[in-house]
Amino acid sequence: MARRKSFLAPGLWIPAGLALGLLALPLVALVVRAPWAELPVLLADRTVTSALGLSVLTAVLSTAVSLVLGIPLALVLARSAKWPAVPRRLLRALVTVPLVLPPVVGGVALLLLLGRRGLLGQFLPFQLPFTTAAVVIAQTFVAMPFLVLAVEGAIRATDRRVEIAAATLGASRWTVFRRITLPLVAPGVASGALLCFSRALGEFGATITFAGSFPGTTQTLPIATYLQLQTNPDAAIALSLVLLAVSVGVLVSLRDRWVPGLTS
Amino acid sequence: MSLTAAVRVPERSVDLDLTVSRGRTLALLGPNGAGKSTVLGAIAGVVASVGQITLGGRPIENAEVEDRRVGYVFQDYLLFPHLSVLENVAFGPRSQGRGRAASRSVAGEWLDRLGIGALAARRPAELSGGQAQRVALARALAAEPELLLLDEPLSALDVEVRAEVREELARHVKEWGGLTILVTHSLDDVAALADDVIVLEKGRATQRATVRELVAAPATPYVSRLVATWSED
Repeated sequence: MARRKSFLAPGLWIPAGLALGLLALPLVALVVRAPWAELPVLLADRTVTSALGLSVLTAVLSTAVSLVLGIPLALVLARSAKWPAVPRRLLRALVTVPLVLPPVVGGVALLLLLGRRGLLGQFLPFQLPFTTAAVVIAQTFVAMPFLVLAVEGAIRATDRRVEIAAATLGASRWTVFRRITLPLVAPGVASGALLCFSRALGEFGATITFAGSFPGTTQTLPIATYLQLQTNPDAAIALSLVLLAVSVGVLVSLRDRWVPGLTS
Repeated sequence: MSLTAAVRVPERSVDLDLTVSRGRTLALLGPNGAGKSTVLGAIAGVVASVGQITLGGRPIENAEVEDRRVGYVFQDYLLFPHLSVLENVAFGPRSQGRGRAASRSVAGEWLDRLGIGALAARRPAELSGGQAQRVALARALAAEPELLLLDEPLSALDVEVRAEVREELARHVKEWGGLTILVTHSLDDVAALADDVIVLEKGRATQRATVRELVAAPATPYVSRLVATWSED
């Protein structure tokens, strides 16, 4: 069979180039205009260090919460393939909504649920909004679906009959989960956790709505960046560079991710 | 030690009584879709079935898969892709509560016994079909089953190596000496591995015989056709 010549209309290059420029040029500007010389001083500022520390802490915590709660949810979601259409689609929609919902709306919704007079919040003996815990909840709300969908994909891709084979060898359900299912979906869990972490780290809308921006307790890196832009633009640029570096790091580790035992 | 099973899986119209006694291998011979694998699945506990199953005097029809002590060599082996060959074989002993070192040494012994000790460190993806089959057999036997199920153990192999692997398999199963049920649609497999045969067609037994009787006096057109084409080889 003759190979058809790959053919791109010249007219295609113009919009494609514009699109690429729109995606890449802002980042170029950020790197070019960054005050590289003052960077060490800017990054040593207390506002910056406390925002950075808080961001890392809360993003790690919300990733941990997402792992503990999200892996079981992913298992349920993967099994739901055999359910009737209505509950199956409802479940999937519930998991997917935070992905498409504007984060600010998520923050408002969290306030209405967990706020002082919220649906559940009115029964709480303590106040949740505007605390570090609120930051973690907001980030988890926004970021967990990334993990759930990544893990679910990995579970669906593994042959479930391998688990049956393990059971015939005398392995209990827990052993099968721990020694077979979990290692087989580990690459999916790892990439899901990375996506979840980077999404949590960048979370702005839900966090500022539900948790506010108190320096040291709820002012995370993206919020500090936004606020600094009005008073100290150089600091904002420095913070942006940090967030950009983390994003690039996540991208690189996703691409070259280590896949234990599955590389052949 | 023997197995007596009444396998009833109404959804797949399978209804079969069978008995296997010590040191004998029973072949379930039948065309595709006859319900052969369903019978194995029911005995192993992975397919829901009604009817009593007694293994070595122990009723197992209500036992969980992991408590039945029924070894299963799957058609496509289903080795654990993330574990080495040694770890695959050590999985059974380890899951049954033996220590890590003890399980690995048991696994090593089985690999040596099946002549594949040199493959211990490999991953399943690095094995040929014949090697993978032996690992699957070692893995099943290392779990010390009271009954061994072989589901089309040669069908995933290239035709050129089939005869040799079949001979090896027959030797190892004989050396092991426990109860074995083989599912196949090949008379070659039956002749090499089995003592008794049940012909299964549409979920029912249409002939019960020894291998010799089967070849001498086929009871159904299906078996006649098999025997006719087989003799021509």
